[in-house]
Amino acid sequence: MRTVENGVRELSVGAASVRGMSDAIVVEGLVKRFGATTALDGVDLTVAEGSVLGLLGPNGAGKTTVVRVLTTLLQADAGRVEVVGLDVARDADRVRAAIGLTGQYAAVDEYLTGFENLEMVGRLYHLPKAEARRRAGELLERFDLSDAAGRPAKTYSGGMRRRLDIAASLINRPRVLFLDEPTTGLDPRSRLAMWEFIAELADGGTTILLTTQYLEEADRLADRMVVIDRGRVIARGTGDDLKAQVGGQRLEFTLARAVDLGEVARRLAPLAVEDPHSDEQSRRLSLPVRGGTEVLAEALRLLEGSGVEVLDVGLRRPDLDDVFLTLTGRAAEEVATDEPTPEPIPTGAAR
Amino acid sequence: MTSLATTLSDSVVITKRNLIKVKRVPDLVVFATLSPIMFVLLFRYVFGGAIGGLPPGVSYAEFLLPGIFAQTIVLGSTTTGASIAEDLQKGLVDRFRSLPMAPAAVLVGRTVADAGLNIISIAVMALTGLVVGWRINSSVPEAVAGFLVLLLFAFAISWLMALVGLLVRTPEVVNNASFIVIFPLTFVANTFVPLETFPSVLRTFAEWNPVSAVVQAARNLFGNTSDQVPVPDAWSLQNPVLYTLIWVVVILAVFVPLSVRQFRRTASR
Repeated sequence: MRTVENGVRELSVGAASVRGMSDAIVVEGLVKRFGATTALDGVDLTVAEGSVLGLLGPNGAGKTTVVRVLTTLLQADAGRVEVVGLDVARDADRVRAAIGLTGQYAAVDEYLTGFENLEMVGRLYHLPKAEARRRAGELLERFDLSDAAGRPAKTYSGGMRRRLDIAASLINRPRVLFLDEPTTGLDPRSRLAMWEFIAELADGGTTILLTTQYLEEADRLADRMVVIDRGRVIARGTGDDLKAQVGGQRLEFTLARAVDLGEVARRLAPLAVEDPHSDEQSRRLSLPVRGGTEVLAEALRLLEGSGVEVLDVGLRRPDLDDVFLTLTGRAAEEVATDEPTPEPIPTGAAR
Repeated sequence: MTSLATTLSDSVVITKRNLIKVKRVPDLVVFATLSPIMFVLLFRYVFGGAIGGLPPGVSYAEFLLPGIFAQTIVLGSTTTGASIAEDLQKGLVDRFRSLPMAPAAVLVGRTVADAGLNIISIAVMALTGLVVGWRINSSVPEAVAGFLVLLLFAFAISWLMALVGLLVRTPEVVNNASFIVIFPLTFVANTFVPLETFPSVLRTFAEWNPVSAVVQAARNLFGNTSDQVPVPDAWSLQNPVLYTLIWVVVILAVFVPLSVRQFRRTASR
């Protein structure tokens, strides 16, 4: 780990910082202001062709603003912003032809049927009529919407609308897909189904930039993550990098008798990388360690013949919630619900 | 820059989309036609007897109908603003703006579809009018020109309302706000009564009010005028077709570019 400018912790230094022709998205020093508010304050990020980037942050962090600039909906105030090698401001139309966007709210016309929605979007991508209709049929099939293809989208469930929305953004076979909080507001089953669709797209080679407040979602779908808070990048790396940053892994023991805590700590001292933490009341011992599962085996070997009765033992790695708490001093959920400053909005706009 | 052909074909796609909604939500057509019918009947039979100022022998139905046409389609064009605000709210504008389509097409498709709705209501009103005693006393080309002037003016107002919709962003607010402006505009005019009865300040306003010119143009072209109801001397009412067309051109020249510009920088929320 090393610290680079503006306090951003650059984690996996090797492959991650190599920037080259294979980046589908390049953002350098992106600044976006809304009046007196600075929504984005020098964001840098790259997304390699064919990979999935998870853009994480609480509400109001600036995630949607990043997506809006990248998809040509907003103009940056400063910085270099390129998608598939094209400048988003100068080459907006060519960028639009190469990307797909699924916003936070399923942007489907509820009076049109599923099929008509997709056909319309296909036509607006300037596909010939027959091709637009063929793609519409294909995508409805792929997103399990064939049965509902002839019904107005008004009658669709929330999950179906989201799927139709994603299908619409895929009509033109985009090289880069932007998904802004694709599972917000979905029930757990629809969320799982959505994750499978996204994973399939990623496997098919589509470059994806995904914003989410759900750490589990990013952990599951993204190759790399960028965490932003208040318009700045506060961390980046793979999920494992971010977890490692929070203090790595620890062995956790729950013992039958609290009196044995000292004995266990003494015997396992050679494995500990930092002082262990024990709690008499819960009869638990937490021991920071390094290494993989072999540490667990080694620990059990060291305890052989000690007569200590172990009720539960495990190698625990921090999850992204721990990461968020460490980075921002706030739990992700907490920030997400209590955030007092809403994301600013452009020109003369009321929410 | 987007070519004219692209703008046209994209506009056709969007117009179709908007007309499908009309087909799927029959209430829209029902109410777009019911309220004009109601207006025709109310004014013809409730106020018709009481409204003075018309010399004996002049048919109030003939005087009234061009006024009702004008008021209804001007009110109808507020739909444009409300629909655009709705598209914004639902995120559809974001979707359209992320596509490589012509930016003007969303607005063209909207205003053209709304002109279509206006054709439906004008047809219904005209039929109702024939039932209650309104007649076209001119030639077919003149009558067609009369309807065209009405539709053109409403189309121009649609573009003004498009900008309102993009700025206000809440369909309900668009409706209420435009009502406050449009309602007086259509009443302080020669729509329902001859202008002689107006106090002088109001009368000057009414004479130069473009709605009066639209109504006068329609009366002239449908042959709904009478020697016994003299037209005021104001240039605007002596040359109502020309004066209306000047307004149409000015409104379009100002609000088409403004609306398109606003559309290009508007994001849903």
